[in-house]
Amino acid sequence: MVHDKSVLLEIKDLRIEGYTGEVWVPIIKGVDLTLHRGEVMGLIGESGAGKSTIGAAAMGYARDGTRIVEGSKIEFDGMELTTATEGERRALRGSRIAYVAQSAAASFNPAHKIIDQHTEAPLHYRIQKRMEAQEDAMDLYERLRLPNPKEIGFRYPHQVSGGQLQRAMTAMAMSCRPDLIIFDEPTTALDVTTQIEVLAAIRDIVDQFNTAAIYITHDLAVVAQMADTIKVLLKGEEVEQQPTEEMLDNPQEDYTKSLWAVRSFERPQKSRPEGETPLISVQDVDASYTGGDKVLDGVSFDIHKGMTVAVVGESGSGKSTTARVITGLLPPSNGQVLFQGEPLPPRYQDRTKDQLRQAQMIYQMADTALNPKVRISEIIGRPAQFYSGLSGTELKHRVDELLDLIELDPSKFYNRYPPELSGGQKQRIGIARALAAEPSFIICDEVTSALDQLVAEGILKLLDRLQNELDLAYMFITHDLATVRSIADEVVVMQHGKVVEQGPKDKMFTPPHHPYTDLLLSSVPEMDPNWLTTLLEERGVDNVGEAADV
Amino acid sequence: MSVFVVLYFACLIIASCLAAFYEKRGPFILLFSLTLVSFILGIVGGTGALRFVAIAAAVLAFAAGVAFCFREFLVVLLPTKIGKELKTAPLTAAFGLFVIFTYAIAAIFAPWIAPYGESEVIASSFAPADENMLLGADQLGRDMFSRIIYGARNSVGLALAATIAAFFLGAAAGLLAATKGGWFDQFMGRFADVIMSIPSLIFALLMLSIFGPQVFVIIVAVAIIYAPRVFRLTRAVAGNVVVMDYIEAAKLRGEKDSYLIRREILPNSTAPLIAEFGLEFCFVFLLVAGLSFLGLGIQPPTADWGSMVRENATLISFGDITPLIPAAAIALLTVAVNFVVDWMLFRSSGLKE
Amino acid sequence: MGDILGLVLKRLGFGLITLLIISIIIFFMVELLPGDIAEAVLGQGATPENLAALREEMGLNKPAFVRYFEWLGGAVVGDFGNSVVSGERVSTLITERFINTLFLAAYAAVIAVPFAITLGVIVALLRNTLFDRVANVLTLTSISSPEFFLGYILILYLSVKTGMFPAISSLRADMSFADLLHRTFLPALTLVLVVTAHMMRMTRAAIINLLASPYIEMARLKGTPPWKVIVKHALPNAWAPIINVIALNLAYLITGVVLVEVVFVYPGIGQALVDAVSKRDFPIVQACCLIFAATFILLNLAADVGAILTNPRLRHPK
Repeated sequence: MVHDKSVLLEIKDLRIEGYTGEVWVPIIKGVDLTLHRGEVMGLIGESGAGKSTIGAAAMGYARDGTRIVEGSKIEFDGMELTTATEGERRALRGSRIAYVAQSAAASFNPAHKIIDQHTEAPLHYRIQKRMEAQEDAMDLYERLRLPNPKEIGFRYPHQVSGGQLQRAMTAMAMSCRPDLIIFDEPTTALDVTTQIEVLAAIRDIVDQFNTAAIYITHDLAVVAQMADTIKVLLKGEEVEQQPTEEMLDNPQEDYTKSLWAVRSFERPQKSRPEGETPLISVQDVDASYTGGDKVLDGVSFDIHKGMTVAVVGESGSGKSTTARVITGLLPPSNGQVLFQGEPLPPRYQDRTKDQLRQAQMIYQMADTALNPKVRISEIIGRPAQFYSGLSGTELKHRVDELLDLIELDPSKFYNRYPPELSGGQKQRIGIARALAAEPSFIICDEVTSALDQLVAEGILKLLDRLQNELDLAYMFITHDLATVRSIADEVVVMQHGKVVEQGPKDKMFTPPHHPYTDLLLSSVPEMDPNWLTTLLEERGVDNVGEAADV
Repeated sequence: MSVFVVLYFACLIIASCLAAFYEKRGPFILLFSLTLVSFILGIVGGTGALRFVAIAAAVLAFAAGVAFCFREFLVVLLPTKIGKELKTAPLTAAFGLFVIFTYAIAAIFAPWIAPYGESEVIASSFAPADENMLLGADQLGRDMFSRIIYGARNSVGLALAATIAAFFLGAAAGLLAATKGGWFDQFMGRFADVIMSIPSLIFALLMLSIFGPQVFVIIVAVAIIYAPRVFRLTRAVAGNVVVMDYIEAAKLRGEKDSYLIRREILPNSTAPLIAEFGLEFCFVFLLVAGLSFLGLGIQPPTADWGSMVRENATLISFGDITPLIPAAAIALLTVAVNFVVDWMLFRSSGLKE
Repeated sequence: MGDILGLVLKRLGFGLITLLIISIIIFFMVELLPGDIAEAVLGQGATPENLAALREEMGLNKPAFVRYFEWLGGAVVGDFGNSVVSGERVSTLITERFINTLFLAAYAAVIAVPFAITLGVIVALLRNTLFDRVANVLTLTSISSPEFFLGYILILYLSVKTGMFPAISSLRADMSFADLLHRTFLPALTLVLVVTAHMMRMTRAAIINLLASPYIEMARLKGTPPWKVIVKHALPNAWAPIINVIALNLAYLITGVVLVEVVFVYPGIGQALVDAVSKRDFPIVQACCLIFAATFILLNLAADVGAILTNPRLRHPK
């Protein structure tokens, strides 16, 4: 088959504005994009870069509250979408341009069977009869390596797992054999081990049908596997565009270089002091939420003074529950938590002020962790006032000191409210609030996963500096192995509420591993564009699906 | 064809043309379809129907004008920050504010505004309006206008007192239930469910039949009936706040419930709670008016809008609109409050999107 | 399916318990009377002999909880005792009136429900247009007007000024059905006006709420035409909220009916209740309250069950 390499989509000077409730502000500030038939282009950028908006615009679609500015040109296969009628644009959607959304679970209609949603477009466009369309759906399910391809379509969305739904949605996008598919962060909501199979499935099917695609993601390693060319965006503007290999080896712009360099931070590993009582000791803890099954089963590990223990696992592994047991929010049904050798009361209500002060917490979502109606000075000042009884100038002095410590200018931030701050600044305030209590131990619950990579790295460096200065112990809950690599001294791997393996970091990252650790480690995408291909060959294509569906 | 009809259609067509010329699509469609409808209306209903349309349009335009002026007035008068918010308020909300403002003035300064006393008999019963009596006399020959002014004080005052009572009871219980959780929360939730399973008017009638129609009983009855509704909403609003991490952080710090409610939960619940207060007031006001209408509200001779409707109801069968005036007074205030609440709800939901 | 049955039974049980608690409230509230029922009925001029006789007749000498169970036992089979004013059986006084009330509510519901839901969907489709804003203002006005205001306006314009419909809904047993509909049109229309506005707003809100879901955007991006997005993708998920809206408003009809019946002198149970309240005829008040509460609970129960039955997650368990 000779592939036609003509231009399929040509976007020129795309400008999009969003409505803030008062005025229209620019979101996309003049982006050009040329896509050939069969080409896969990766759009990457941090949050607010406008990648998703460009994806929708490629379908001639502006989300509610946004509009495409006059003068922008979006030409799809010879047809100008900005001047076409709504009916003409609609006729392209689903048939010639398809869309795969981030959350398949939310994007499938809960009221209809998967296959009925799949066949909706082919039936609407009268491409196939119902029986043909269903046969075709099953065929696609099989190509995408879904289990029970003949039967799975007849289930309702809530009866199917997230990774399978994402593949079913890719199949649905394929139903009319479109010329172009927009993938909008299709694997962001998935665990790493599930991500692999979806990535593999998407790549295969796009190859097989020679479909052009725009692949939107914030994850460089993922885009490296999928795209032929990569376009980097920043705040609604293009930074640079190059073929994938070149972009990885030889980025031109400073911004791109800084993105590439993010993963290099790694601090020296500390080792456990001999014979010292651990600061926190979790001993054989079982726990369950009221009336439910056990979510923690015999969990034991120690955290020593001034050290970082990373607790790693996928969603549902019990890592956050462990934190809740330690803080006393969820009393264990069996086992206990020791602090400096002394058992802590299981319920936080029964703990002394000093016990509460010693263990502090930093949360994943800085948005929900800070009260939006309270000034920064009070957010940080309250623990100091509450535990140490500071007031007046003493208190103000302490707040200034804490703001200095987290590298924010006290004169600028003292009187502001959280909604006026950026994500990274909010997270710093969260850290300052924890420090204000003068703790010896801090639980960091996925503190960087909601942040852009550059910002996240800043937070990690800050946490490292604070640890050295204040001799803090961290329990670092994360699903991201790159974070573990950069900051941990010891690692605890959890799966289904059990600790499957634990030990010093260097030991954990060198084989032999426990099989689950091995699966977890090997599933983390790497920047090498051939990583996915190699991995699939190593694992053998057939067991990819099963590995993650257990 | 009368001059009126010619003028009527001329105005409509000129306005349509202007709208079309300035490419105002919505107003054009509205005006032109009104023109077309008027043709049919004119043929079917004659000049009378057209006159009605013209009067309705004039009233609307007048209300819009008043609302606009009042909004500008407030924008100039109030501090810049609130003024800026107000500038974006729709005319309906401005109209609502204006009406509430007027009622408040009437209620506070009733004795100075009303030309006659509340229960002063000055004419024969059902005497028509003359230069002394703006709206005529009621069934005992008292001045209708004066009684309506006094009614603003009594009817609105009673509803306001009852709403405040219900609100404090419900909101306090809701905040406490959300903060404490556990069995207290469960119990209060179930208890509210049970109370709410009795239709409000029926429950009020039951209580009034037993304890008699006194102002104090009405306030307590309404508080008991509406507190569970306020409780539910407060519980829901506070429930959304309680799951936030900053509440968890405060709990883990060892803060007491009173601090949690005062500093953490309440500041994040005020906007929906204020809107809810407006809504509850409407419900309470309508319920109290209904009770008065049934003769179980404030007892005569105190002026009260609900009972005024009932006392003068017989006039309706003679085609006299007098009994509709106190009813309209009730409706107008409720509409006004609802307009304002609608705007507030829109604002708080619009900010999220 | 076991899950669903379990859930429905649980709701049913909860409804029964609620009703039981309400019966206790209704019964014992009367016990809170200063003095007792006999004193309240006979008033201040009562002689001790009269009081004793009435107490004996009403069984007031027995302990309260015994009387409660007797009353409840009677209520279950439709026997609410005798009126203290006329001495007639409460059940005979009420039954026909209750049927009349149900007829009026049903009359209003049959017009209002389809009308309101259709309008609600249309307004949701045309959201943020001029039409939507006008509808918003009109429905708000309608909701804010007391029932008697609407009722008297209708009487003034449709009865007194034009004579199209009778202002007073006197019913006779030998009336034809068409005649019946004509005579009860104004009270029904009043109810329709109030309830339609409520239902429209709630339907609109329920649908607009759904339109923000990702699966609606997905449907749009599949090229589905707007009407089909609403009918095929939004509506099947909107049933639970819409059923809830309907039930809430039917329940509202039941209470709203009291005022409307008084305005139009309609011989329904609401009239009976108001009369009994002013005459302090407690057996009738208790009976009416219990009937209203039971209907209210039944409707809410129906809504909950409907919501359970239309939830695809519950209908097709994992």
